[in-house]
Amino acid sequence: MALDDKHGVQTRDFKIVGTRPVRPDGLEKVTGKARFGADMALPGMLIGMILRSPHAHAHIRSIDASKALALPGVKAVVTATDFQDPGDGLRDILENCMAGEKALYDGHAVAAVAAINRSVAKRALALIDVDYEALPHVTDVDAAMRPGAPALHEDAADESVPDGWSKNVVRRYEFGHGDVDAGFAAADEVVERSFRTEAAHQGYIEPHACVASFGGDGQADLWCCTQGQYMVRATCAGIMGIEVAQLRVTASEIGGGFGGKTTVFIEPVALALSRKAGKPVKIVMSREEVFRATGPTSSSSIDVKVGMTKDGRITAGSAELRYQGGAWPGSPVEFGAMSSFAAYDLENVKTVGWDVVTNRPKQAAYRAPGAPMAAFAVESCVDELCKTLGLDPLDVRLKNASRDGSKASYGPTFDKIGLTATLATAKTHPHLSAPLGPNQGRGVACGFWFNFGGDTCVSMNIGSDGTVSVIEGNPDIGGSRAAMSQMAAEELGIPFEKVRTVIADTSSLGYNEVTDGSRVTFAVGLATIKAARDAIEKMCARAAALWGIPAEAVVWEDGCAKPAGPNAGEHEPMTLAEIAAVASETGGPIAGHYEVNADGAGVSFATHVCDVEVDPETGATKVLRYTVFQDAGKAVHPAYVEGQFQGGAVQGIGWALNEEYIYGEDGRLQNPGFLDYRIPVASDLPMIDAVIVEVPNPGHPYGVRGVGETSIVPPLAAVANAVSAACGVRMTELPMSPPKLLKAMSQKTA
Amino acid sequence: MSQIHVSTTVNGDAVEFLCEPDETLLDALRDRLGLTGTKEGCGTGDCGACSVTVDGRLVCSCLVLGAEANGASVDTIEGLGQGDALHPLQRKFLEHAALQCGVCTPGFLVAAKSLLDRNPDPTETEVRYWLAGNLCRCTGYDKIVRAVIDAAADMRSQAAQS
Repeated sequence: MALDDKHGVQTRDFKIVGTRPVRPDGLEKVTGKARFGADMALPGMLIGMILRSPHAHAHIRSIDASKALALPGVKAVVTATDFQDPGDGLRDILENCMAGEKALYDGHAVAAVAAINRSVAKRALALIDVDYEALPHVTDVDAAMRPGAPALHEDAADESVPDGWSKNVVRRYEFGHGDVDAGFAAADEVVERSFRTEAAHQGYIEPHACVASFGGDGQADLWCCTQGQYMVRATCAGIMGIEVAQLRVTASEIGGGFGGKTTVFIEPVALALSRKAGKPVKIVMSREEVFRATGPTSSSSIDVKVGMTKDGRITAGSAELRYQGGAWPGSPVEFGAMSSFAAYDLENVKTVGWDVVTNRPKQAAYRAPGAPMAAFAVESCVDELCKTLGLDPLDVRLKNASRDGSKASYGPTFDKIGLTATLATAKTHPHLSAPLGPNQGRGVACGFWFNFGGDTCVSMNIGSDGTVSVIEGNPDIGGSRAAMSQMAAEELGIPFEKVRTVIADTSSLGYNEVTDGSRVTFAVGLATIKAARDAIEKMCARAAALWGIPAEAVVWEDGCAKPAGPNAGEHEPMTLAEIAAVASETGGPIAGHYEVNADGAGVSFATHVCDVEVDPETGATKVLRYTVFQDAGKAVHPAYVEGQFQGGAVQGIGWALNEEYIYGEDGRLQNPGFLDYRIPVASDLPMIDAVIVEVPNPGHPYGVRGVGETSIVPPLAAVANAVSAACGVRMTELPMSPPKLLKAMSQKTA
Repeated sequence: MSQIHVSTTVNGDAVEFLCEPDETLLDALRDRLGLTGTKEGCGTGDCGACSVTVDGRLVCSCLVLGAEANGASVDTIEGLGQGDALHPLQRKFLEHAALQCGVCTPGFLVAAKSLLDRNPDPTETEVRYWLAGNLCRCTGYDKIVRAVIDAAADMRSQAAQS
């Protein structure tokens, strides 16, 4: 099996990659010892709390904190005036952390206090007087686009936006090729539909938490739960006006992120409070704060048109996508427009995306940001065409699927991809032939995600006893330390247990991009393998020196340096441990390093199949069976690959059926808690079958592709197609909550 | 506001602490006793991350006052294993990869133990409904449910042998 010419691996029978060892951080996590964001305390630490706007949109005329500061035990209050303008790149992030002239959404931070304990801090917040002048607000994406809508900013739009829209329309994107009008003319059947999805929150169980300590010497330390300590360092250093080397950021264990911890919310505030008070400051968000003031994903409004011939060939597809991303530009509509039709090899395709601001919290990335809602709209239309034309939804997808060499709707030509392999695997799976009962329906949908590599840096130290430390810089959000240890052990030829992988703070290792884009097992894995090869080269040179032969005459096999052949002479192979034991005499400690801006991440596809039953009396939907088929390239730790498939699918099920941000007429969030923002619970669900398909990625030495995000792309559509089949009405709005389904079914009957 | 003196038993050890009258048992465990294995996910009793037992009853410690622990016996994640030996639930969670981020794991383990104390042979449906008060956002629950069922079987076979 030729996996990777570029990376120098021709064939490989894996010994450790592909097995399911117990994760190295497991024991701490099942015994309560693991330290998450809120589990850190420092001597003399103060507690910080944040005052938040009760208005969706308001001028802040003045803030008077004198009464709060007079309260015994209060050590500092900060507002926007305590921060310098950090410049264009960081201004929006700072304003989201601390409102400037205006509060732009319900829950927007306006002031913060540090006090000797929580109860004093809480009382101090109530003593801060903020004089607001309430302004008209808008939270709906379509309403925000209309001329005359209340405007959040005067000049946030760039030149891509044509005249005639409200000031809330800030970016326009367009992708595609061919002639869609000619394509639709060639179709036997054309479906045109409008769709809406509500904002869903990432819903990580761990609220944001940090402890900041800003010394009088200008050096600062920050502990926080984040998907990227280097991102936190760059952002906070920029906002605080200090050099990056003066700020050391340590990532705690992270209690879920799903994209929501790829930016900062409380960290600059804690640093500012610490600088002002001269003591460490801890801030932990409440769940209500998480819902009101951290990023959910965008809500969307999407029009899709798809044309198909009688035999199931898609002749053209077009989509217009409108995403609101909260109070600043940056909704993931560009990704939505790029990914809408990525699963299809189309001659004629066009997508347009509109980025819109509203009086809602600034959206943050959520697992394959922008793609699930686009796939929901497109896959619903394809499903409807299959039904109208009497065609099998898997056959139609196989017929039109993107494959090796297809020109993607967003521009590039696909390399080795696994979409048809997932479809073909699904086709033969028993799920597809299982019978359905009354009020039950089956839905099929495909999904795509780009995947990402990016800046990555790994160090590997060979211990004198033959054990190995891998030092990487990406918070482990779902078992990645296990995967790194596996790849290091595989490459070095030593047991998994001999490797320990740790996550470095920002001062201990070079820059690493955030844990996002499904990049870690791919990019950090690649760097780990390359760092191992660097160490191997050094160990071979040490053995060569001991044997008195050239380094090129030594090879590494099964964890040993060996003479390359008979000409190299007769020498007993030396194990890694034997070489490490005498390292001091052969040149000093042995370490491997690798730094890269990794490309070749390899795009990812999945096919999902979902069975549901809809209760005609209540409109409640029960998911009966669910199967995920996804290309992992090469599954390093299959149990955690399955976990990514299952977790993404269930997040998508929640988004499809229950989860939504509900805003009142007053522009305030009505359901900022897990009781009313209901994520799936164990009793809502069946087992989620996870089928791993492996089409090796040529861009990785072992063929790995990222798997974290694609799994949330198909479920919105798979569930909607199943529900639509079960109740006989095409559902075009998410979530498909019981009231909506009851209404749709009663209208059908009427 | 004067603090309340509380004498209680935590994981079998007699302990005392002072807490505010309105302080939750969760905060007392975490901030007064340093037992940070019990997590706060919501503070409103909706997520189960703070699950502990008080006199054998499974509760959300965010909904119990610290003062209410006076004279009671509290068990937390830190007391689930016996020294170096993991509880079968802990072992099965590791074997089944039933955790990804791990922040909900202590609450799930405490809740699952409470189930198995009452019902040593639960069906999948019984496991799912018992654990419906514990939110996990990473796993989709599949591997958690499997781990609990497998741990129950393991414990039954151990009990049969002893």
